[in-house]
Amino acid sequence: MAGYVVNTKAEQKEMLESLGLNSLEDLYGVVPSKALLEELNIPEGKSELEVAQEMKKIAEKNVVFKHIFRGAGSYNHYIPSIVKSVTSKEEFLTSYTPYQAEISQGILQSIFEYQTQMCELTGLDVSNASIYDGASATAEAVFMVQERKRSDMLVVDTINPQVLETVKTYCESRNVNLVMVKSKDLSVDVDDLKEKLNDTVAGVVIQSPNYYGVIEDVEAVSCLAHEQGAKVILNTNPISLALLKNAKELACDICVAEGQPLGLPMSFGGPYLGIMTATQELMRKLPGRIVGQTVDANGDRAFVLTLQAREQHIRREKASSNVCSNEALCAMTASVYCAALGPDGLKQVASNCTSNAHYLAKELSKIDGFKLISDKEFFHEFLMSCPIKAEQLVSKLAEKGILAGEVIGEDILWCCTEMNNKAEMDYLVETIKEVL
Amino acid sequence: MKLLFELSKDNRRLNLIPPCDVEQVQLDERHLRKEKLNLPQLSEVDLSRHYTELAKQAHGVNDGFYPLGSCTMKYNPRIDEEVAAHPNFLGLHPTQPIETVQGALEVLYQSKQLLCEITGMDDMSFQPAAGAHGEYAGLLLIRKYHQARNDEERVNIIVPDSAHGTNPASATMAGFKVINVPSNSEGGVDIEELKKVVGKDTAGLMLTNPNTLGLFDPNILEITEIIHEAGGLCYYDGANMNAIMGRVRPGDMGFDCIHLNLHKTFATPHGGGGPGSGPVGCKDFLKDFLPKPTVEKDSNGYHFETPKDSMGQVRSYYGNFDVVVKALTYIKSLGKEGIKEASGNAVLNANYMMNKLKKYYDVAYDQICMHEFVLTLEGLKHETGVSAMDIAKGLLDYGIHPPTMYFPLIVHEALMLEPTETESKETLDEACDVFIELHKMAHENPEHLHTAPHKCLIARPNEVDAARNPILRYVFKND
Repeated sequence: MAGYVVNTKAEQKEMLESLGLNSLEDLYGVVPSKALLEELNIPEGKSELEVAQEMKKIAEKNVVFKHIFRGAGSYNHYIPSIVKSVTSKEEFLTSYTPYQAEISQGILQSIFEYQTQMCELTGLDVSNASIYDGASATAEAVFMVQERKRSDMLVVDTINPQVLETVKTYCESRNVNLVMVKSKDLSVDVDDLKEKLNDTVAGVVIQSPNYYGVIEDVEAVSCLAHEQGAKVILNTNPISLALLKNAKELACDICVAEGQPLGLPMSFGGPYLGIMTATQELMRKLPGRIVGQTVDANGDRAFVLTLQAREQHIRREKASSNVCSNEALCAMTASVYCAALGPDGLKQVASNCTSNAHYLAKELSKIDGFKLISDKEFFHEFLMSCPIKAEQLVSKLAEKGILAGEVIGEDILWCCTEMNNKAEMDYLVETIKEVL
Repeated sequence: MKLLFELSKDNRRLNLIPPCDVEQVQLDERHLRKEKLNLPQLSEVDLSRHYTELAKQAHGVNDGFYPLGSCTMKYNPRIDEEVAAHPNFLGLHPTQPIETVQGALEVLYQSKQLLCEITGMDDMSFQPAAGAHGEYAGLLLIRKYHQARNDEERVNIIVPDSAHGTNPASATMAGFKVINVPSNSEGGVDIEELKKVVGKDTAGLMLTNPNTLGLFDPNILEITEIIHEAGGLCYYDGANMNAIMGRVRPGDMGFDCIHLNLHKTFATPHGGGGPGSGPVGCKDFLKDFLPKPTVEKDSNGYHFETPKDSMGQVRSYYGNFDVVVKALTYIKSLGKEGIKEASGNAVLNANYMMNKLKKYYDVAYDQICMHEFVLTLEGLKHETGVSAMDIAKGLLDYGIHPPTMYFPLIVHEALMLEPTETESKETLDEACDVFIELHKMAHENPEHLHTAPHKCLIARPNEVDAARNPILRYVFKND
C-alpha cells in the first residue's frame, strides 16, 4: 500500500461498489479528458527506511557551525528542553485553528497566555495571535496605520534589510508612498526626520536595537511623529525588552518583532514568529487571529477566537488583512520559552548577550584594523571594520568552524548571545589573529 | 484550568543559563526598562503539568476524526517530523556561506522540481508562509505581469461567490478591485455571468477547482480560456489540491500561477493555526516576477538567484524552510503512485460518506463530489429547529471534530465535510452512525442538541460578549 492510505484494495472495491463505480478513475469522470494526466513524472514511492536515509544524506551536506557570532535577524539562543518537549506534543502539533472552542480550550488558553506575555514584554495593550514573521508583521503594521489623508510612510534606514524589502513590497501593492529617513553614525538622523515629517505622514517605522545593534533614541522619534499626528511602529528584538525600555516607555503605537529569539531554532530562516502588539486605540485594526476571554453557558471562564468581524472569512474584500493561518505553534513556543525563563531568566539572557557582545567588541578592538564604526550604545550586535577583505576573513574563520558576523560592505556585524562564553570569544579572537 | 500567571509564585525558577563569565556591562540608565516585567515564575514540573493539561483540552488529528472541510486534516506522518528535527536543518543560520547549506538548498530545489511537476508549473518560490500569503504573492505576480506590459488598466480580480474568504481579502491587499461572479445551479462558475464581467480591466481570475462545494467545474477549460482571451491571467487556489494531485494539474487546466498549502495537501501539521507553507508557483512567462531569492543549480551546486523583475520579498529569507523539509519527506514517501492513490482515496472516502448520509441529510449538490461535500441543514432546521451549529456541537460529545460550518456562504445551514484519505472505512462508518443518531435526536430531543456539547470542558461560550467587551489579556492584580 502506497503512502498513508488506510483502506485495503478489497475495502476500496467494496466502497466503490456501494457507489456503483468500478475504479477510482471513475470518480474523475467530470474532468475533461483533455486535461487528465497520464502519469506524474516523479520517482516512485519509497519505504520509510529509504526516505529516512535519503533525507539524512541531504541533511549531512549542511554544515552546522560550532561557534556562531552572527545574528542580523536570526539568533542563536539556548532552547530549554521543556520548550521542545511541550511544543512537540501531538495534540498541539496536529490540531487546526481553534474554531471549535469547546474542544480547543487548551490551544485557545495558550494563545491567550501568549498574548498576555507579549503585552507584558512590549508594554502595549493588545496583541494578536501572531503573524508570519517579524518582517511581514512590520508590513502589516504599516497597513494598520493608513489613513485617507496620510499617504506617506517614513522608514528609518537603520532597519534590517529583510524587513525593509518586505515593507517595500507591501507598500507598493497598496500604493503607500515609502520615504526613507537617513541615518547618521548608524542611528536616525533626527534633522532628516524633522524635515520629512508633516501632516501627510501616516507613520514612522524605526527599529531598535537597529540592524547595526545600536539602541536608537526612539523617544525623540515618537515625540516628533506624534506632534504631526503620525503613528510610531517600533520593530524590536523581544529578548532586548527584558532589559531595555519597552514600546510603551518609548511612546510607540505599535510594536512588532521577530519572535525567533524566543525559543525557535534558526532553521535556515523559518518557521519564525511575527509578534505584534498595539495600543487599545488600534485594537480593531489588528490583523489575524485574536483570542478573548468570555464565559460559557454555565458562567465558567472560557476562551474564544474573537473580534472576527475584522477577518477575511467574514469581511472578505473589506477585511483588515488576508491573514488566516499564522504561526500558532511558534507563538506557543515563545510563550513556553518566556514562562520557562521567567522575568529574571529573560533578563539574565538579555544581560549576558550585552555583556558578551561588549567583551568581544573590546577584545577585537585590540587587534589592528578592528574598530567600532559607531561609539553609540549597542545591545548585542556591533559593526566593526576589518583589516582584510571582510568576505575573506569570514571564509577563513568558516574553515575553523566559526560563523563570523554578517558582512556589510567592508565591515562585519558581529553578534553575541548567552551561547558564547569567554573561552569561545577568546578562541575567536585568537583564531582571527592566527588567520590575518 | 488555571492560567500560567495564576500558577506563578515569586522566586520560583528553572536553572537554565549559567552566570556570565565576563565583566557585566551596565548600559546607560536612560535606555533601561523601568516597568516591571510580569512573566510567570514557575518550576519545570509546573510547566510540564500545565501544558499536559492544556494538551488534554486540544483536539488534533491524532485525537480522532477531523472532517474539517477545506482544511485537509490528514494524518501527519511521524517520519516527516523526525527528519525535520535533524540538527543539520534546525541549526542553520539563514545567511551562512552557500557552500555550507547545500543540503538545505537541495531540499528547496528538489521540492520545487517535484511540486512543479505535480501542479504543471515551471517555477516556484517557497517564500510565502501560509496559503493566504501565497495568494498575495500570486496576485503580485499578476500585477507585475500587467505592469511590465504597461497594461495598467487591469485592476479587477474576478472571484466566484463560493471562494475562500482569503481570495477577495488577498486581492484587496494586492491593490486590486474584487468583482464577484455568481455560481450556476450546478455549483460551478456561471459562464454567462463570467463573460459579462470580463474585459480590458480584467487582471485575472482566482479560482479553486474543485471548488468549495467540493465540485470539479466541468467547464474549467472554457473558463480559463475566457479569461485568457480577455487578456487576464488565471490564478489557482491550491487549498483543494488534495482531490486532484496526480490526476489533473492546474497547469493543464489553463492556470498561469498557483499557491499550494503544504500544511494541507502535503501532510505537514497545522500546529493549531500554523506554521504552514504556501509556495507560489507559475508558468515560465511569469517566473521573472517571483519573490526573491529563488534556488537554482549549476555545475558548482546550488545557489540563490534574484529573478529579473522580482516582486521583492513577502517576508524574510526563504519561507518556512523546515515545513518544506516535512513536505519533501512526504512526497518522497508517496511517490508518483502514492500521490495518485492518496487523491483517489480522499475522493472515494468523501463520496462514500456523502452517499451514506444523503438518506438522512440534504446534500447541497447531489452529484459525484471530489475530496469534500457540503450538506445543507436548512430543511432539518425548518422541521426540527436544529441548526448546523447544533449538529456540529452535538458531534463534539462523540469525539469527532465538527465539519466546517456555515461555509461556503452560498449554502444555507452548511456543513462541509472532508474526511481525507487517511481515514478508514470503519472510521467513516462510525462517524456516519453518529451523524444518523444526531439526525434522530434532532427529531426526538432537539433541546439536547441546542445545549450541546455536554461532555466538554466548557459549554457553549458567549461569543457575542467576547467581541462586545474584549478581554484580550490577563490583568495582574498588582497592576
